[in-house]
This record gives sequence, structure tokens and C-alpha cells, in this order.
Amino acid sequence: MGDPVTFFVLMIDAMLRVSTPLILASFAGMFAERSGVVDIGLEGKMLGAAFAAASVALVTDSAWLGLLAGIAVSVGLAMIHAFACVTHNGNQVVSGMALNIMVAGLGPVLAYSWFNQGSQTPMISEEARFRPIHLPYADRLADVPVVGQIYSELMSGHNLIVYIAMGMVPLAGWFIYRTRFGLRLRAVGENPEAVDTAGISVSGMRYRAMIVCGILCGIAGTYLAIAMNTFFVRDMTAGMGYLALAALIFGKWKPLPTLLACFLFAFVQALEARLQGVDIPGIGIVPVQAIQALPYVLTVLLLAGFVGKAIPPKASGIPYAKEK
Amino acid sequence: MKGLGAPVEAPKWVTHALVPAINLALALLVSGLLILALGEDPFAAISILAHGAFGYPEAIGYTLYYTTNFIFTGLAVAMAFHCYLFNIGGEGQAYLGGLGAGLVALAFGHWPAPIVLILAILAAALFGGIWGFIPGWLQAKRGSHIVITTIMFNFIAAILMTYLMVEIFIEPGQQAAESRDFESGAFMPRAHDILAAVGIDAGHSNLNLSFILALMCCVGFWFFVWRTRWGYEIRTVGQNETAGVYGGILPSRAIIVAMCISGGLAGLVGVNEILGAHHRLLLEFTSGYGFVGIAVALMGRNHPIGIFFAALLFGALYQGGNDLAFDMPSIKREMVVVIQGLVILFSGALENMFRPRIEALFTRRARFAPAAE
Amino acid sequence: MTASEDGRGASLSSGAAPPALEVIGIEKWFGSVHANSNVSVRVAPGTIHGIIGENGAGKSTLMSIVYGYYQADGGEILVNGQSTNIKGPQHAIASGIGMVHQHFMLVDTFTVLENIVLGVESGRMLAPSLAAARGELERLEREYNLEVDPDAIVGELPVGVQQRVEILKALYRGADILILDEPTGVLTPQEVDHLFRILAALREQGKTIILITHKLREIMALTDDVTVMRGGEVVAQVKTAETTREKLAALMVGRTVLLRVEKGEAHPGAALLEVKDLSVNDRSGLPRVRNVSFSVRSGEIVGIAGVAGNGQSELLEALAGILQPQSGRIHIKGEEISGTTARGARNVRAAGVGHVPEDRQHMGLVTSFEACESGILGYHRDAKYNGKILMDYAAVVADVGRQMTEYDVRPPLPRLRTGAFSGGNQQKIVLGREMDRDPDVLLVGQPTRGVDIGAIEFIHRRLVAMRDSGKAVLLVSVELDEIMSLSDRILVMFNGEIVGEVMVGDANEQMLGLMMAGERQAAPQAAAP
Repeated sequence: MGDPVTFFVLMIDAMLRVSTPLILASFAGMFAERSGVVDIGLEGKMLGAAFAAASVALVTDSAWLGLLAGIAVSVGLAMIHAFACVTHNGNQVVSGMALNIMVAGLGPVLAYSWFNQGSQTPMISEEARFRPIHLPYADRLADVPVVGQIYSELMSGHNLIVYIAMGMVPLAGWFIYRTRFGLRLRAVGENPEAVDTAGISVSGMRYRAMIVCGILCGIAGTYLAIAMNTFFVRDMTAGMGYLALAALIFGKWKPLPTLLACFLFAFVQALEARLQGVDIPGIGIVPVQAIQALPYVLTVLLLAGFVGKAIPPKASGIPYAKEK
Repeated sequence: MKGLGAPVEAPKWVTHALVPAINLALALLVSGLLILALGEDPFAAISILAHGAFGYPEAIGYTLYYTTNFIFTGLAVAMAFHCYLFNIGGEGQAYLGGLGAGLVALAFGHWPAPIVLILAILAAALFGGIWGFIPGWLQAKRGSHIVITTIMFNFIAAILMTYLMVEIFIEPGQQAAESRDFESGAFMPRAHDILAAVGIDAGHSNLNLSFILALMCCVGFWFFVWRTRWGYEIRTVGQNETAGVYGGILPSRAIIVAMCISGGLAGLVGVNEILGAHHRLLLEFTSGYGFVGIAVALMGRNHPIGIFFAALLFGALYQGGNDLAFDMPSIKREMVVVIQGLVILFSGALENMFRPRIEALFTRRARFAPAAE
Repeated sequence: MTASEDGRGASLSSGAAPPALEVIGIEKWFGSVHANSNVSVRVAPGTIHGIIGENGAGKSTLMSIVYGYYQADGGEILVNGQSTNIKGPQHAIASGIGMVHQHFMLVDTFTVLENIVLGVESGRMLAPSLAAARGELERLEREYNLEVDPDAIVGELPVGVQQRVEILKALYRGADILILDEPTGVLTPQEVDHLFRILAALREQGKTIILITHKLREIMALTDDVTVMRGGEVVAQVKTAETTREKLAALMVGRTVLLRVEKGEAHPGAALLEVKDLSVNDRSGLPRVRNVSFSVRSGEIVGIAGVAGNGQSELLEALAGILQPQSGRIHIKGEEISGTTARGARNVRAAGVGHVPEDRQHMGLVTSFEACESGILGYHRDAKYNGKILMDYAAVVADVGRQMTEYDVRPPLPRLRTGAFSGGNQQKIVLGREMDRDPDVLLVGQPTRGVDIGAIEFIHRRLVAMRDSGKAVLLVSVELDEIMSLSDRILVMFNGEIVGEVMVGDANEQMLGLMMAGERQAAPQAAAP
């Protein structure tokens, strides 16, 4: 296993990479929920974006065009959700579920139809991926104990999207708490009537929130397909969208706690590989499934109020209909 | 002002048959366009699908076998809907139900068949019911949003089952995480065997006695929801909780009962799959049936008759879809999943877009008819 | 600009500055309800103008139109003499009109500063908006003596301070005309006095204030002019100094057509319902019923009069076992009724109490059910409807069908959807259900709201028949003529307390109107002048 520092550095390194799509997705959900729209469809948007990104990156050999395609598809799905829920006051949970299922089916169907390789897309070339970015002097500092290791392994060498994800807290925090848009966004989620009487359009704000949600999910899905992997395969999101929702609830809809919740879930996942078959004094061999189940169980405990209270934005999930 | 009590609303058949039919038509229309975009002929696709679903005895058998699962999960979702709860946890509840049935089969498979089967059915319902009870209790007593908890429980169930299968039940020397085969006493009788005994050749399919069980559940469902005091209370709390409290009903009790029954119904999928089809415990036998249940319940408007037909439709889609994927290789099986999603979208989320307008067409006419006394 | 030195008694006569606000011939329909009918009001600048009326008189609708929340169906609005088309709140704000709503339009999780700035931020970035607002806010606070901590979280502030934030919001947006809708409903007496001082100060500064209220004390204490509305119309507009409380009260409740029911003498017997020191909070924790005590005897109808929102609803719900009281005791036929809220309604029914709720659509019936299913709500576990497991549906249909015929529900079709019946017939379904079991005590709330004349007569006759057969009836109604026509004894509720008790023979509208508007009874059962 090597010395503890190396172990620690490698674990955190893995955690950062695994948590990236989770962070992006949960922040996407944050924007939606803060505006009062429940979005179960994070999963579907990510999956759709993954497929679009993989396909376009393959065909155009460009990671950036893939990213654009992923974002476009994700935003499109978000707009369908907004149309059903905001304009037509449809049931938000049902709409999210519907989109998830549709995309889950559509991905393999289109993949097979276009590329003929079963339910996955062909692998893209290295040029079409997001390459690792090496920070200056990373090589030279690699041998410096502790600090050098952290710099060269942990901080340098990730691809662009990981850095974006890590920057989400200041980015989203800035957006939500320091801009006019953010103020109105939060207001719409707490008291849409107050916003309406101030002369601001409630549905306008919600549509805009869903666009942001779509963009972030698009980046997350793109990452999965062409940064973390090199192809799209069916169900590749594997419940990550729901986990992102759980992290959001765990983080009480605030940027920093949500990031930490994502880290926690990702850490647990990274731990899973390491702890397989390892004998822990006092506990014995921890079944890998117990670790796998941890994020889900933690979320249930949180919702049950055993790990603090989770108070969503007051107007979350309630379609806004002007009273008579 | 309404007349002297003359009903000014759309006739029942509009709401319960026409609107679902139109929703389905829209979903199929979009699917048809998709098929066209994939370079195939939608009408040819439909005919292959129809033939694949009903064209020969084996097909019918498999169609009804799938239908059985969808009846169970559709009823499960519908029961929860009657209390205005969204049970997304059908997958997990079905999984646990299979576990329960499998445990009884493994432990008591050597007992006489009727006893084992009845015990196994009860175990499936019990295990599924427990898996529904926990989120229901959390919602009723702690206010935990049932949508999130049931989704979480789906994952927990899958992980739990993987652990159990890999660590405990796996048949030694096997690669796949499956248990040993059950004794024949724990087999749900297959339809083709029963029919063969009466001289009918029905081909070889997975269709088994669980289908009859599903039909019995439909009947029982109807009586429970509309002809018992517990069903009355569940419906009242679902429609108007304030009126429920006024009427001396405990909302928390209604929620918990609804979720237990809901989970139990989903658990019966385990009977069809484990005892009826596979005859051993294995992983991933729920393969999306829980989610289809949502589509079935929405299309069937939470009524057993509608659910039966919606389940039949999806059964046909699944079975016909298999054949279709075979004959038209460019359309994968997953096309059915797309149709499923579209049905949920149109029947559920976009309901408010169409239903009021369609119903308005009928009420406007009624208003001009002379008011009855 | 002030119109006169002392501020009071500003003249309404023409020739002076044009009215700060004038509405002419406003019409507004909500479906078939004529909420505002030919409403014309003139508000002089630099005055406090009161608009008084009971619930449903149309005051809030009128002001919502002025604020741009609704569009009038007809009529004209003039601000400072200029005809103005107010298409939405933004327009109203631009015209200098600000509104403090009855239910605050505040975001509880925001600070005061953020709430003030919402919607009128000065740019994309918040920080400069907030900084500019902070300066302006401090200036406003000093000028109008309205102290609030700009960084306090609104949800944690007491209600009186929250209201100040609402006022500051309006002032920050440059309001010269301030509309306050029932501002004192949620305030303590001290907070009310503080508010009055603030309003007077605002008037000194030249602001025009419109005060919507149903409370006479506020009108008399604060306003320069007052408009009385009733049934969607303006019935009077006078200078406060030139009128009296009695006259206003009479105008407020008016002389509607009295539906006198044929009623013999009451012969009350033992007390069947006794309430002692009952205090009830509503679901958000606000005290709504304060230390109320009374009793209802067999063979009498006790009517509780009062403007809606003075605690009658919470009182009824507590008596019916739906809302848990904070303190006090309730006795039914001598037995104390207790139990958790959850089982409460069942216990209460079992003790022989029927409850016709105020809101039949949201509480008394399930509109999507068939009428026979609504017709057993609360009694659905009775042995006569149930076997061991299954419900005897035929018995349900037959029984409710019988009830429907007896109580003249039209059409008497038990299988018809509840929502398809007209309001009056729905009410008769509820009545039939509750009265059919021959309860000893009947709680009735707003029995004839939204009910046609024929059904009203029928319902009234059945209530009197109950009383004549020795039952105790507690009637809560905002319709004064209904109270006076049906009750043997009248209690008036104001602000959660019983402010007066009169035998019907000694009661008249002015006296009751005064009490309903907050004037305590001078002496018990005082004779009317």
C-alpha cells in the first residue's frame, strides 16, 4: 500500500475524479430546486448529454464540440421538463421520471442505429477527449515530499472539467449569493408570491434556472462519456443522478455542504475498491456492498431527521398558480 | 351557476378511456416518428410487433407472462397513488419479494407443492410489504419525501441482494451469482403444462399460474379500494387530507397501510419470476418492471381494468419488441423503454395540457342540452 | 405636500389639490361573483383614508386592482388627477403606489436589506445594489422613524417589525400613496399603537395612506376620511370627524333582506355543550381564541356573530376535535372531551356531536367522490355500512339516498359525483349527513354561504326543527341577518374573545355591528337606544 501520504494522495486524487460529475449534477439540481422546481431528471439529462457528447466527439474528433452537443441535449431535456411543469403545472416528479426513462431507452437505440456496436458508441480517439492539464513545474516538484506529491499528483494532472467542478462552490456561490439573478432565484423558491407582486415573472425565473440546470448536467454527462471514459454505454450514469439529488439534500441546498457531501459519497466509492478483502481490526472484513450502500443509507437517515433537519426551499415542488 | 344539479362534466368514458387512448396515440406517434428517423417503416414495425406479441401461441404466452409482472407493479403504484403517494420503489420491492419467495423455496421446497407455493406467495408479499412499509412510515411519521426514500431503497435493495447472492446463496462452483435450483414442489405450474393436460398445445413459455394470481389481485384490489373502509380512508386522505382529518381518519395510518399493500403487490413479481420463470434465486430479475408499473398505473388511471389493459399493452410491447429487435435489427429492444417514457410523459406530466381541452369539448355540448330536473 | 397644517380633516372639496388617488366606476367580476360594482372613491392627498367593510365587501379586490395585481373589468383610475392604466405591480410602483399586503410578501430567509431590494436592484451585481440600498434605507429610517436592523433575517423578526419592513419596501420604491390591507390582524396592541404613530408621522411627511380594515377603532382613531363598502358597492364616503361609530356600524352591516324563519319560543334545558377558558392557536402558532367560555343548552340556538378571522373558525375546529386547544376544557353532555387531535374528530362524533364545517368543499366533502361516499364521511366505519371486511355499498347508497330525499337534495342521485352538485345541494348533503344521526349537539359554520334562496329557507327550517326537538345548536355565521333570524342567544366574537352576549329579543344591528367591530359591550344585555 505504500506510505500513508501516498495512499492519502491517491485516494483524494481518485475522489476528485469520481466526484466531478456528482458535483456538477448536484449543483444543477441546486439551481432547479432553489427556484422551486423539483428535478428528478438529473439522471436522464446526464445520460443524454453523455450520449450526445460521445457521438459528436467521435464524429468530429473534437472534445469541445462534444461538450457543446452534450450541453445542448441536456438543456433541451430541461426545457421539456420546464414546459411540462412550469408552463403546464404538470407533476414534477412524474415529468422527471418520464424523461429519465425515455433517455435510458433512447440512448441504446440511437447508439445501435448509428454506430452498430450494441448499446455503446465506439471509442473516441485521445484527441477527442479532455486531456489532463499539467500545472507548471509539476514534474520537477514531484519528488518533494508531501507538498510536492500533493501538488503534482493531487492538484495537477486533471482535465478541465474536474477543475470546473472544483470551482463550482465559488462559482455557484457567487452566482447564487452575489448577483441579482441569484437573489431573485432564491426568492422564487421561497415565496413566489412575493416575487410576483414585485413584478418579476415567476415562470421566467424558473425557466432560466432550468437552463442553468441543463448546462451543468450537460457538462457532467460529457465528462462521463469523453473525459472519464472514451465512449457511451447504456446506463452509464448508474444512478449518479439520484445520488447527486441525495448529496444536494445532504448538503441542505447550500454550495459548500453539497460539495462536501459529494466528496463524502465519492470518497466512499473510492474506498470501496481499496477496502475489498481488507481486514479491519475490530470489525473484520467489511463487505464491499456495505460501503456501496453507505451513501444511500446516509441519505435515508438524513431524510428521517436522524442526521439533522433537511429543509428544502419553501416553494419547492409546488406549481405556482396565481390565486384568484 | 349550475342548473338544478344537472351534471355539467365530461362523461366517464371520456376521462377513463378516450383521454388515455389519446395519450397513448401521441406517445405512439412520437415513437413512430422516431422509427422513421431510424430509417425503418413504422407501420411495418407495428405489424411485426403485433405478430410478435400475439401471432403464435408461444408469443401469447410470453406476452401474458410479462403482463403478469406489469399488473403487479401497476397495481402497486396505483395503490400508492390512491393515497397521493409516489411509490417509485417498485423495483426494490419486487426484488425483496423475490428474495422472500426464494427463501421459502430453498428452505421448504421439499414440502408438498400447494403449501410451499402458498407460503412462498405470502413471503413474497411480506418482504415486499416491508420494503414498502419503511418509506411509508418515514413519510407518515417523519415527513421524509417518499419519492427520494423509495429511490434510495431501490439501490439498497439491489446492493443487498448482490451481497446475499454473492456471499450466501451462490451455488458453489458457479460463476453467476445464482442459487441452486429449487425442488419441483416450489415451481409455479407453467401454463403450457396445465393446458397440455387438457390437450391444448400452447408452445413453451414462461407463463405460469402467477397470471391467475395477478388477475385475482386485480379483483381484490378493486374490492379493497372501493368497497372497504380502509380503502375509503386511503382514498379520502389521498384526495383531501383535510376532509380526512375532519372525518376522524388518521392520515399517517392511511399512508402506511397504502405503502405496505403497495410494496406487497410489487413483491408478488418475485412469485412470477423466481417461482414461475427462473426456479432459482438470481440477480436482476426485476429489470425495470417497477418503472413500467408507473406507466401502467398512469395509463390505467389507477383502476384495475385500465391497469390490466395497460399491462397487456406493455406486455405486448415487451414481447413484440423482442421479436421486432430480431427482425428489424436497427430497432433495439430499448425502443420499448422509449415508448414507456413517452407514455409516462403524456399520461402523467403533460396531462394538464390535453385533458382539460378534451373534456371541455364534451362539457360544452352538455351545457347546451336542456338541464335535467 | 400636506394640504393643511394639522393634517386632520383635510378637505375633500374640489379646488384644492387633485385627489392623490381616485377610482371611478370600477367594475370587477370573478366568474359570476360581482366583487366590485360601480365603485368610486376619492382619496385626498396627505390624508389617511379608511375603507371599512365586512369580509366580501370588496375592499381587498379594489385595492388589488389599484396595485395592478388584477385588472378591472371597467372604470378608471386617476393618480394625482392623471388617468393611469395600471397593468401590473411595476406600473403601480412607478405611479407612486405601494402596498403592504395582509399576508406579507417577504422572503423569510433573506435579510431586511435583501427583501427591500428584491425587484428593484440597481444592477446585475448585488453588492453595489445592497450598498446603495443601505444608505437609502438609513435615510428613510431616520426620516420616518422606522427602525429596523438592515441585516436581520426577516423570518426571525417579530411580526410588527416585519410589517415595518413592508412599509419601508414601499417607501424605498418611492411610494407616495401607501395602501395597508388589514394591517393590525397579526399585531399585539402595543404594536398596533406603534403602527398608528408611524402612519401619523408618514402623513405629516405628506404621504397619502389608505387603510383597509373592518375595525371601527382604527377608523375613528386614525383616519381623516372613510369609505364604507358593502356587497361590492360603496355605500358612503364621509369625513371621519363628521360621523360616529354607530352610524358607520349600521352602514357596514346594512339592512339586507331579512329571512325571518318561523320560530316559536325557545325552551332551553340543561347545558349540553360547555366551554371553559378555551384558548386555541392556529396551525402557525398564533393565538386565535383567547380564554373563551360559554355554554349551549338543549333546545336553544346560540349564534356566534363576528367578522371572519376573529377566531370563530379555530373555535369550531377545536370543538369538533380537529384542532388541539392550548388550554381550557370542553364538556359534552357533562363528559369532558379529550384525546389527541388525531382521534379527536372520531371521539367527538361518538359523543353525539355533529359538525357542519364552514368550508364544505375543502373539509366537509370530497368533491371527487360520489355523493354517497361523501355522505358517509366521518361515519364510514358504522356497523350499518360495514360487514366484517367489505362495505355494504348497497346500504350506503340506500341510506344516503334516503337522506338526500329527506333533505331535498337535487337531484337525489347518490351515485352522482359530489362536485357536480350546486353549492346549496352540497350543503344539504353535509347537513343531511350530520343531522341524520340525531346528534345532541350540532356545530354549524356558515351554513348558507354560496347557497341559493330556496335552500337557505330549507336549511334554516331544519336547524330550528333540531332546536325544537331539544338539541343544542351552535351557529357561527358572518351573515348578521342569519344570526339574528335563527339564534335565541347571540355571542359576538372579536379578536378571539367574546365581547358581548345578547338575547335575540334585545339585539339590533347597530349594537351587534359595534361589537363586531371591536367595541365591547357597555353593560350585559344592554337595551338598544
